[in-house]
Amino acid sequence: MNDMVKMVVVLTVLSSVAGGVLAAVNKGTASQIEAQQLTFVKGPAIMSILEGSTNNPIEDRFKIADGDAETSFFVGVFDGKATTIAFEEFGKGFGGDIGVMVGVNVNEDKLVGVAVTVHTETPGLGANAKDKPDLVSQFKGLSVKESVSVTKDGGQINAISGATITSRAVCVAVDKALKSYQKIKPQLQQEIQQFGK
Amino acid sequence: MPKTLVQEFTKGLWEELPPFRLVLGLCPVLGVTTSMENGLGMGIATTFVLFGSNFLVSLLRSIIPQKVRIACFIIIIASFVTIVELLMQAYTYPLYLKLGVFIPLIVVNCIVLGRAEAFAYKNKVLYSMADGLGIGIGYTLALGALGAVRELLGNGSVTVWGDLSYNLSSAFPSFQPFSFMVQAPGAFICLGLMLCFINAIGD
Repeated sequence: MNDMVKMVVVLTVLSSVAGGVLAAVNKGTASQIEAQQLTFVKGPAIMSILEGSTNNPIEDRFKIADGDAETSFFVGVFDGKATTIAFEEFGKGFGGDIGVMVGVNVNEDKLVGVAVTVHTETPGLGANAKDKPDLVSQFKGLSVKESVSVTKDGGQINAISGATITSRAVCVAVDKALKSYQKIKPQLQQEIQQFGK
Repeated sequence: MPKTLVQEFTKGLWEELPPFRLVLGLCPVLGVTTSMENGLGMGIATTFVLFGSNFLVSLLRSIIPQKVRIACFIIIIASFVTIVELLMQAYTYPLYLKLGVFIPLIVVNCIVLGRAEAFAYKNKVLYSMADGLGIGIGYTLALGALGAVRELLGNGSVTVWGDLSYNLSSAFPSFQPFSFMVQAPGAFICLGLMLCFINAIGD
Protein backbone atom coordinates (compact mmCIF):
# COMPACT_ATOMS: atom_id res chain seq x y z
CA MET A 1 0.00 0.00 0.00
CA ASN A 2 2.76 2.37 1.00
CA ASP A 3 4.55 1.53 -2.21
CA MET A 4 1.46 2.35 -4.22
CA VAL A 5 1.08 5.79 -2.62
CA LYS A 6 4.72 6.56 -3.26
CA MET A 7 4.47 5.64 -6.95
CA VAL A 8 1.42 7.83 -7.44
CA VAL A 9 2.95 10.76 -5.57
CA VAL A 10 6.30 10.59 -7.38
CA LEU A 11 4.73 10.31 -10.83
CA THR A 12 2.24 13.10 -10.14
CA VAL A 13 4.81 15.49 -8.73
CA LEU A 14 7.28 14.71 -11.51
CA SER A 15 4.68 15.26 -14.22
CA SER A 16 3.46 18.53 -12.74
CA VAL A 17 6.96 19.91 -12.33
CA ALA A 18 7.80 18.88 -15.91
CA GLY A 19 4.61 20.51 -17.15
CA GLY A 20 5.40 23.70 -15.27
CA VAL A 21 8.95 23.90 -16.58
CA LEU A 22 7.81 23.30 -20.16
CA ALA A 23 5.11 25.96 -19.88
CA ALA A 24 7.72 28.43 -18.66
CA VAL A 25 10.16 27.58 -21.47
CA ASN A 26 7.37 27.76 -24.02
CA LYS A 27 6.34 31.18 -22.77
CA GLY A 28 9.92 32.40 -22.64
CA THR A 29 10.71 31.40 -26.22
CA ALA A 30 7.37 32.19 -27.87
CA SER A 31 8.20 35.69 -29.10
CA GLN A 32 11.66 34.64 -30.28
CA ILE A 33 10.18 31.71 -32.21
CA GLU A 34 7.63 33.94 -33.86
CA ALA A 35 10.38 36.32 -34.93
CA GLN A 36 12.41 33.41 -36.35
CA GLN A 37 9.45 32.10 -38.30
CA LEU A 38 8.84 35.54 -39.73
CA THR A 39 12.41 35.81 -41.01
CA PHE A 40 13.00 32.28 -42.23
CA VAL A 41 9.63 30.87 -43.27
CA LYS A 42 7.04 33.53 -43.82
CA GLY A 43 9.50 36.26 -44.80
CA PRO A 44 10.66 34.78 -48.13
CA ALA A 45 7.09 33.81 -49.06
CA ILE A 46 5.77 37.28 -48.26
CA MET A 47 8.58 38.94 -50.18
CA SER A 48 7.97 36.79 -53.25
CA ILE A 49 4.28 37.73 -53.27
CA LEU A 50 4.67 41.41 -52.46
CA GLU A 51 7.71 41.90 -54.66
CA GLY A 52 8.31 45.53 -55.54
CA SER A 53 6.42 46.99 -52.63
CA THR A 54 7.88 50.20 -51.26
CA ASN A 55 7.33 49.38 -47.59
CA ASN A 56 8.52 46.54 -45.40
CA PRO A 57 5.56 44.13 -45.34
CA ILE A 58 6.97 42.14 -42.44
CA GLU A 59 6.85 45.21 -40.22
CA ASP A 60 3.60 46.58 -41.59
CA ARG A 61 1.28 43.95 -40.30
CA PHE A 62 -1.90 43.74 -38.28
CA LYS A 63 -3.94 40.99 -36.73
CA ILE A 64 -7.60 40.15 -37.07
CA ALA A 65 -9.24 37.64 -34.79
CA ASP A 66 -11.79 35.27 -36.29
CA GLY A 67 -13.29 33.18 -33.55
CA ASP A 68 -10.43 31.64 -31.60
CA ALA A 69 -7.86 31.95 -34.36
CA GLU A 70 -5.90 35.11 -34.97
CA THR A 71 -4.43 35.73 -38.40
CA SER A 72 -1.60 38.11 -39.24
CA PHE A 73 -2.04 40.21 -42.36
CA PHE A 74 0.98 41.66 -44.13
CA VAL A 75 0.48 44.83 -46.11
CA GLY A 76 2.18 45.69 -49.39
CA VAL A 77 2.33 49.33 -50.48
CA PHE A 78 2.59 49.93 -54.24
CA ASP A 79 2.87 53.44 -55.72
CA GLY A 80 2.09 54.95 -52.33
CA LYS A 81 -1.13 53.00 -51.91
CA ALA A 82 -1.70 50.05 -49.64
CA THR A 83 -3.48 47.77 -52.07
CA THR A 84 -2.26 44.29 -51.34
CA ILE A 85 -2.39 42.03 -48.34
CA ALA A 86 -0.82 38.65 -47.73
CA PHE A 87 -1.86 36.13 -45.12
CA GLU A 88 -1.33 32.50 -44.31
CA GLU A 89 -3.79 29.63 -44.49
CA PHE A 90 -3.31 25.87 -44.02
CA GLY A 91 -4.32 22.73 -45.86
CA LYS A 92 -3.86 19.08 -44.99
CA GLY A 93 -1.12 17.61 -47.18
CA PHE A 94 0.41 14.17 -47.56
CA GLY A 95 2.79 14.52 -44.63
CA GLY A 96 1.01 17.09 -42.47
CA ASP A 97 -0.18 20.66 -42.63
CA ILE A 98 0.95 22.80 -45.53
CA GLY A 99 1.14 26.54 -44.92
CA VAL A 100 0.27 28.70 -47.88
CA MET A 101 0.82 32.45 -48.02
CA VAL A 102 -1.89 34.05 -50.15
CA GLY A 103 -1.62 37.55 -51.57
CA VAL A 104 -4.77 39.43 -52.58
CA ASN A 105 -5.18 42.81 -54.22
CA VAL A 106 -7.97 44.40 -52.23
CA ASN A 107 -8.98 46.95 -54.89
CA GLU A 108 -9.21 44.51 -57.77
CA ASP A 109 -10.29 41.48 -55.73
CA LYS A 110 -7.64 39.39 -57.48
CA LEU A 111 -5.01 36.93 -56.33
CA VAL A 112 -1.58 38.45 -56.84
CA GLY A 113 0.39 35.41 -55.77
CA VAL A 114 0.63 32.30 -53.69
CA ALA A 115 3.66 30.79 -51.96
CA VAL A 116 4.17 27.75 -49.78
CA THR A 117 5.64 28.51 -46.35
CA VAL A 118 5.89 25.30 -44.32
CA HIS A 119 5.40 21.71 -45.40
CA THR A 120 6.56 18.18 -44.64
CA GLU A 121 5.96 16.71 -48.09
CA THR A 122 8.10 14.14 -49.90
CA PRO A 123 11.25 15.66 -51.42
CA GLY A 124 11.13 15.55 -55.20
CA LEU A 125 7.36 15.09 -55.33
CA GLY A 126 5.15 17.10 -52.99
CA ALA A 127 8.03 19.37 -51.96
CA ASN A 128 8.02 20.74 -55.51
CA ALA A 129 5.00 22.78 -54.49
CA LYS A 130 7.50 24.98 -52.69
CA ASP A 131 10.67 24.36 -54.71
CA LYS A 132 9.21 24.87 -58.18
CA PRO A 133 6.88 27.64 -59.35
CA ASP A 134 4.73 25.38 -61.60
CA LEU A 135 1.88 24.94 -59.16
CA VAL A 136 1.75 28.24 -57.30
CA SER A 137 2.14 30.39 -60.42
CA GLN A 138 -1.23 29.13 -61.68
CA PHE A 139 -3.09 30.98 -58.95
CA LYS A 140 -1.93 34.43 -60.03
CA GLY A 141 -4.71 36.59 -61.43
CA LEU A 142 -7.61 34.43 -60.29
CA SER A 143 -10.63 36.27 -58.95
CA VAL A 144 -11.34 35.95 -55.24
CA LYS A 145 -14.87 34.83 -56.05
CA GLU A 146 -13.73 31.68 -57.83
CA SER A 147 -13.59 28.44 -55.97
CA VAL A 148 -10.19 26.87 -56.43
CA SER A 149 -9.56 23.16 -57.02
CA VAL A 150 -7.39 20.83 -59.12
CA THR A 151 -8.50 19.74 -62.61
CA LYS A 152 -9.14 16.21 -61.37
CA ASP A 153 -11.85 17.64 -59.13
CA GLY A 154 -13.27 19.80 -61.94
CA GLY A 155 -11.23 22.88 -61.10
CA GLN A 156 -8.71 25.07 -62.92
CA ILE A 157 -5.38 24.13 -61.32
CA ASN A 158 -3.10 21.52 -62.90
CA ALA A 159 -1.80 19.33 -60.11
CA ILE A 160 1.89 18.41 -59.82
CA SER A 161 2.18 14.94 -61.30
CA GLY A 162 2.68 12.39 -58.55
CA ALA A 163 1.62 14.84 -55.89
CA THR A 164 -2.13 15.23 -56.21
CA ILE A 165 -2.70 15.24 -52.47
CA THR A 166 -0.20 18.05 -52.01
CA SER A 167 -1.69 20.05 -54.88
CA ARG A 168 -5.15 19.51 -53.50
CA ALA A 169 -4.02 20.71 -50.05
CA VAL A 170 -2.60 23.90 -51.55
CA CYS A 171 -5.89 24.48 -53.38
CA VAL A 172 -7.86 23.87 -50.20
CA ALA A 173 -5.69 26.37 -48.34
CA VAL A 174 -6.11 29.01 -51.06
CA ASP A 175 -9.84 28.35 -51.20
CA LYS A 176 -10.15 28.74 -47.44
CA ALA A 177 -8.11 31.93 -47.59
CA LEU A 178 -10.34 33.42 -50.31
CA LYS A 179 -13.50 32.54 -48.42
CA SER A 180 -12.28 34.15 -45.21
CA TYR A 181 -11.01 37.12 -47.23
CA GLN A 182 -14.49 37.75 -48.60
CA LYS A 183 -15.92 37.49 -45.13
CA ILE A 184 -13.62 40.05 -43.55
CA LYS A 185 -13.00 42.31 -46.53
CA PRO A 186 -14.67 45.45 -45.07
CA GLN A 187 -12.56 45.11 -41.95
CA LEU A 188 -9.41 44.64 -44.05
CA GLN A 189 -10.09 47.72 -46.15
CA GLN A 190 -10.42 49.78 -43.03
CA GLU A 191 -7.24 48.41 -41.46
CA ILE A 192 -4.95 48.87 -44.46
CA GLN A 193 -5.75 52.55 -44.88
CA GLN A 194 -3.34 53.43 -42.09
CA PHE A 195 -0.40 52.05 -44.11
CA GLY A 196 -0.74 53.82 -47.46
CA LYS A 197 0.85 57.22 -47.26
CA MET B 1 36.82 -2.38 -10.48
CA PRO B 2 35.24 1.07 -10.10
CA LYS B 3 36.19 3.49 -12.79
CA THR B 4 37.40 7.04 -12.25
CA LEU B 5 35.45 10.08 -13.35
CA VAL B 6 37.74 10.60 -16.34
CA GLN B 7 37.33 6.98 -17.41
CA GLU B 8 33.55 7.31 -17.30
CA PHE B 9 33.84 10.32 -19.54
CA THR B 10 36.30 8.93 -22.06
CA LYS B 11 34.67 5.56 -22.49
CA GLY B 12 31.95 7.22 -24.56
CA LEU B 13 34.54 8.54 -26.96
CA TRP B 14 35.94 5.17 -28.03
CA GLU B 15 35.29 2.09 -25.92
CA GLU B 16 31.51 2.52 -25.92
CA LEU B 17 31.19 4.91 -28.87
CA PRO B 18 27.41 4.71 -29.29
CA PRO B 19 26.67 4.04 -32.96
CA PHE B 20 29.82 2.10 -33.79
CA ARG B 21 30.63 0.21 -30.59
CA LEU B 22 27.23 -0.23 -28.97
CA VAL B 23 25.40 -0.04 -32.33
CA LEU B 24 22.62 1.94 -30.65
CA GLY B 25 20.62 4.96 -31.75
CA LEU B 26 20.94 4.17 -35.42
CA CYS B 27 17.74 5.89 -36.57
CA PRO B 28 19.14 9.43 -36.49
CA VAL B 29 22.54 8.09 -37.52
CA LEU B 30 21.04 6.98 -40.80
CA GLY B 31 18.40 9.67 -41.09
CA VAL B 32 20.07 13.02 -40.49
CA THR B 33 23.67 12.51 -41.61
CA THR B 34 23.09 13.81 -45.13
CA SER B 35 25.44 16.64 -44.19
CA MET B 36 28.01 17.22 -41.51
CA GLU B 37 26.19 20.23 -40.09
CA ASN B 38 22.99 18.21 -39.62
CA GLY B 39 24.90 15.42 -37.94
CA LEU B 40 26.66 17.75 -35.52
CA GLY B 41 23.45 19.64 -34.73
CA MET B 42 21.60 16.43 -34.02
CA GLY B 43 24.50 15.20 -31.88
CA ILE B 44 24.59 18.38 -29.81
CA ALA B 45 20.83 18.23 -29.21
CA THR B 46 21.14 14.60 -28.12
CA THR B 47 24.09 15.44 -25.86
CA PHE B 48 22.04 18.09 -24.09
CA VAL B 49 19.20 15.63 -23.52
CA LEU B 50 21.57 12.85 -22.39
CA PHE B 51 23.41 15.12 -20.00
CA GLY B 52 20.22 16.56 -18.53
CA SER B 53 18.38 13.27 -18.19
CA ASN B 54 21.39 11.46 -16.74
CA PHE B 55 21.83 14.24 -14.20
CA LEU B 56 18.17 14.30 -13.12
CA VAL B 57 17.67 10.54 -13.11
CA SER B 58 20.77 10.10 -11.01
CA LEU B 59 19.75 12.89 -8.65
CA LEU B 60 16.27 11.43 -8.15
CA ARG B 61 17.33 7.77 -8.16
CA SER B 62 16.54 7.25 -4.49
CA ILE B 63 13.10 8.81 -4.85
CA ILE B 64 11.97 7.12 -8.08
CA PRO B 65 10.25 3.82 -7.19
CA GLN B 66 11.59 0.75 -8.97
CA LYS B 67 8.23 -0.20 -10.51
CA VAL B 68 7.52 3.08 -12.28
CA ARG B 69 11.09 4.02 -13.10
CA ILE B 70 10.67 3.76 -16.89
CA ALA B 71 7.66 6.09 -16.79
CA CYS B 72 9.66 8.58 -14.73
CA PHE B 73 12.63 8.36 -17.11
CA ILE B 74 10.35 9.04 -20.05
CA ILE B 75 8.83 12.11 -18.38
CA ILE B 76 12.30 13.50 -17.69
CA ILE B 77 13.62 12.69 -21.16
CA ALA B 78 10.54 14.01 -22.95
CA SER B 79 10.75 17.26 -21.01
CA PHE B 80 14.37 17.79 -22.01
CA VAL B 81 13.60 16.95 -25.63
CA THR B 82 10.77 19.50 -25.68
CA ILE B 83 13.07 22.11 -24.16
CA VAL B 84 15.69 21.40 -26.84
CA GLU B 85 13.05 21.60 -29.54
CA LEU B 86 11.80 24.98 -28.33
CA LEU B 87 15.32 26.35 -27.91
CA MET B 88 16.35 25.22 -31.38
CA GLN B 89 13.22 26.79 -32.82
CA ALA B 90 14.05 30.02 -31.04
CA TYR B 91 17.76 30.26 -31.79
CA THR B 92 18.81 27.93 -34.64
CA TYR B 93 15.70 27.93 -36.77
CA PRO B 94 17.22 26.82 -40.13
CA LEU B 95 18.81 23.81 -38.45
CA TYR B 96 15.53 23.01 -36.72
CA LEU B 97 13.79 23.01 -40.10
CA LYS B 98 16.36 20.63 -41.58
CA LEU B 99 16.31 18.16 -38.68
CA GLY B 100 12.53 18.31 -38.52
CA VAL B 101 10.90 15.27 -36.98
CA PHE B 102 14.19 13.81 -35.75
CA ILE B 103 14.32 16.28 -32.84
CA PRO B 104 11.13 15.03 -31.12
CA LEU B 105 12.28 11.51 -31.95
CA ILE B 106 15.22 11.88 -29.53
CA VAL B 107 12.65 10.77 -26.92
CA VAL B 108 12.72 7.27 -28.34
CA ASN B 109 16.45 7.21 -28.97
CA CYS B 110 17.54 4.09 -27.12
CA ILE B 111 20.87 5.61 -26.08
CA VAL B 112 19.13 8.16 -23.86
CA LEU B 113 16.82 5.68 -22.15
CA GLY B 114 19.61 3.11 -22.14
CA ARG B 115 22.00 5.36 -20.24
CA ALA B 116 19.27 6.35 -17.76
CA GLU B 117 18.39 2.73 -17.06
CA ALA B 118 21.81 1.13 -17.25
CA PHE B 119 23.93 3.86 -15.74
CA ALA B 120 22.32 6.92 -14.17
CA TYR B 121 19.82 4.96 -12.08
CA LYS B 122 22.64 3.05 -10.42
CA ASN B 123 25.44 5.60 -10.15
CA LYS B 124 26.32 8.84 -8.40
CA VAL B 125 25.36 12.19 -9.89
CA LEU B 126 28.86 13.28 -10.88
CA TYR B 127 29.64 9.96 -12.59
CA SER B 128 26.32 10.03 -14.41
CA MET B 129 27.01 13.53 -15.70
CA ALA B 130 30.44 12.45 -16.93
CA ASP B 131 28.90 9.40 -18.57
CA GLY B 132 26.15 11.42 -20.28
CA LEU B 133 28.57 14.04 -21.53
CA GLY B 134 31.06 11.45 -22.80
CA ILE B 135 28.49 9.33 -24.60
CA GLY B 136 26.88 12.48 -26.01
CA ILE B 137 30.14 13.88 -27.35
CA GLY B 138 31.05 10.49 -28.80
CA TYR B 139 27.67 10.35 -30.50
CA THR B 140 28.12 13.88 -31.85
CA LEU B 141 31.55 13.06 -33.26
CA ALA B 142 30.27 9.84 -34.82
CA LEU B 143 27.33 11.62 -36.46
CA GLY B 144 29.61 14.41 -37.63
CA ALA B 145 32.12 11.96 -39.11
CA LEU B 146 29.46 9.97 -40.93
CA GLY B 147 27.83 13.18 -42.15
CA ALA B 148 31.18 14.53 -43.35
CA VAL B 149 31.98 11.39 -45.37
CA ARG B 150 28.54 11.28 -46.94
CA GLU B 151 28.45 14.97 -47.74
CA LEU B 152 31.97 14.95 -49.15
CA LEU B 153 31.32 12.03 -51.48
CA GLY B 154 27.73 12.91 -52.29
CA ASN B 155 28.11 16.65 -52.75
CA GLY B 156 31.78 17.10 -53.50
CA SER B 157 32.06 19.63 -50.69
CA VAL B 158 31.62 19.68 -46.96
CA THR B 159 30.32 22.48 -44.74
CA VAL B 160 31.71 22.08 -41.25
CA TRP B 161 29.79 24.87 -39.56
CA GLY B 162 28.56 28.19 -40.89
CA ASP B 163 30.97 29.50 -43.52
CA LEU B 164 33.75 27.04 -42.81
CA SER B 165 33.74 24.61 -45.70
CA TYR B 166 35.96 22.47 -47.86
CA ASN B 167 35.49 21.82 -51.55
CA LEU B 168 36.82 18.57 -52.93
CA SER B 169 37.01 19.86 -56.49
CA SER B 170 39.85 22.21 -55.50
CA ALA B 171 42.07 19.16 -54.87
CA PHE B 172 40.54 16.83 -57.46
CA PRO B 173 39.14 18.93 -60.31
CA SER B 174 37.72 15.90 -62.11
CA PHE B 175 35.73 14.65 -59.11
CA GLN B 176 32.09 13.85 -59.87
CA PRO B 177 29.64 13.97 -56.92
CA PHE B 178 28.37 10.54 -56.02
CA SER B 179 24.81 11.52 -55.08
CA PHE B 180 23.97 7.97 -54.05
CA MET B 181 25.83 8.64 -50.81
CA VAL B 182 23.42 11.31 -49.54
CA GLN B 183 20.42 9.09 -50.20
CA ALA B 184 19.11 6.48 -47.78
CA PRO B 185 20.93 3.41 -49.18
CA GLY B 186 24.19 5.38 -49.08
CA ALA B 187 23.67 5.84 -45.34
CA PHE B 188 23.56 2.08 -44.75
CA ILE B 189 26.58 1.39 -46.93
CA CYS B 190 28.59 4.23 -45.43
CA LEU B 191 27.70 3.15 -41.88
CA GLY B 192 28.64 -0.43 -42.73
CA LEU B 193 32.02 0.61 -44.07
CA MET B 194 32.72 2.79 -41.05
CA LEU B 195 31.71 -0.01 -38.66
CA CYS B 196 34.04 -2.32 -40.53
CA PHE B 197 36.86 0.20 -40.38
CA ILE B 198 36.38 0.90 -36.65
CA ASN B 199 36.20 -2.80 -35.81
CA ALA B 200 39.35 -3.42 -37.80
CA ILE B 201 41.42 -0.83 -35.96
CA GLY B 202 39.74 -1.54 -32.61
CA ASP B 203 40.87 -5.11 -32.27
